[in-house]
Amino acid sequence: QVSELVQFLLVKDQKKIPIKRSDILKKVIGEYKDVYSEIVNRAGRTLQQVFGLQLVEIDTKHHIYILVSTLPRTEGENLRQDDQTAKLGLLAVILSFIFMKGNSAKDGAVWEFLRRLRVHPGERHEVFGDVRKLVMEEFVRQKYLDISPIPLTDPVEFKFQWGPRAAKETSKREMLQFVAAIQGKEPSFWTSQFKEAEAQP
Amino acid sequence: NIAMAAQMTDSHRRFLQVLMSHGIMEGSEARKLHRHCCEMHKVYYAHDKLDDFINTINVHLQPLFMQIRKGMSEDDGRVRYALVNLAETEITKMASDYAENELELFRKTMDLIILSENGFASSTEILNFADQLKTKKMKKKEAEQVLKLFVEDKWLSEKNGEYTLHTRCIMEMEQYILSNYQGVARKCNICHSLAIQSQVCETCGIGMHLPCVGKYFKAQTEPHCPHCNDFWPHEIP
Repeated sequence: QVSELVQFLLVKDQKKIPIKRSDILKKVIGEYKDVYSEIVNRAGRTLQQVFGLQLVEIDTKHHIYILVSTLPRTEGENLRQDDQTAKLGLLAVILSFIFMKGNSAKDGAVWEFLRRLRVHPGERHEVFGDVRKLVMEEFVRQKYLDISPIPLTDPVEFKFQWGPRAAKETSKREMLQFVAAIQGKEPSFWTSQFKEAEAQP
Repeated sequence: NIAMAAQMTDSHRRFLQVLMSHGIMEGSEARKLHRHCCEMHKVYYAHDKLDDFINTINVHLQPLFMQIRKGMSEDDGRVRYALVNLAETEITKMASDYAENELELFRKTMDLIILSENGFASSTEILNFADQLKTKKMKKKEAEQVLKLFVEDKWLSEKNGEYTLHTRCIMEMEQYILSNYQGVARKCNICHSLAIQSQVCETCGIGMHLPCVGKYFKAQTEPHCPHCNDFWPHEIP
């Protein structure tokens, strides 16, 4: 049972699909339902022991989990060099933009910024394909971005923030370093962002 | 015996995480990764100890019915490493990623590939089955997209409009294929692994992987079948 659950969690997480508790319950069937928490705990310990992955609850209301690596982060990690890398690059650009704007940005501003990088929501991009779908749907489903409509706006405008997976997989400090590297400046150049980034553990 | 095996360290875990995200890796990539992981976590590294390193991980993966397996690509004969599931009785690893009719199309494609002479099925052959699927029919356009997805996910590989099984698929499903296609699926006479693409002796019927043929007959002017000694009629790769 534990090994089945471990495999199930790994497969879901490879696709970056957050795991719902109800999915886990469906997997842990029959008479094992009583020992659900024991099985989940054991699966968690195995994931940590063998894979260096931790089962983290990112939504305590709806009980949704993701797997996060507990290994020390490195620069230029050799993780999957293909169009996944390009997508993560685009994501990094968006996350850093949101952070530099004070942790929240309007969709208009984000698209205007991306337009300057020749990424247009209306056009099919040669690497990213349907960019609007990637950003507004895929990144949101994967919990990298949190996009919510701003009330009382017509036509509706959206607020972009970091999603819970972004918060776990990277940090403000890393994003600031990313921006600093691109602009050829020191992170401390942006005093308020620097203070905020350093304040995080 | 987990008690006696070396401990898992962060270097092993990092190796496992990276291999898992790649799905399958070339031998040279794996060696580089081994070095990188050991250096990162300041663990003893010896360039010829990759197999021991992987064994340690495998001891811990065994209770989970998983294994890092070493295989050979049928195209270039080079070593590949992949993380495979051992507990599969069917194509269960794919089951969570694809719809019922997509899985049926895959099974049909696998049939065509294994039953073929050269280990390939043409796109036309496969697409002809799209509207005969029992689960839910597919239009040809849709089936084309699904085939593309199978290639992206490394279950199939495509060459000149023809499809064969990806090395990762062969490594993952070797047991399943050998038991479900008994009598049809062939093992290579040289390395004894499943051979999807092979050269076959016309006299006695034994088969060999193309890279294995190349190695075995290297620099021989008159190649003969290793089993029945008859003249080997095929071009040596």
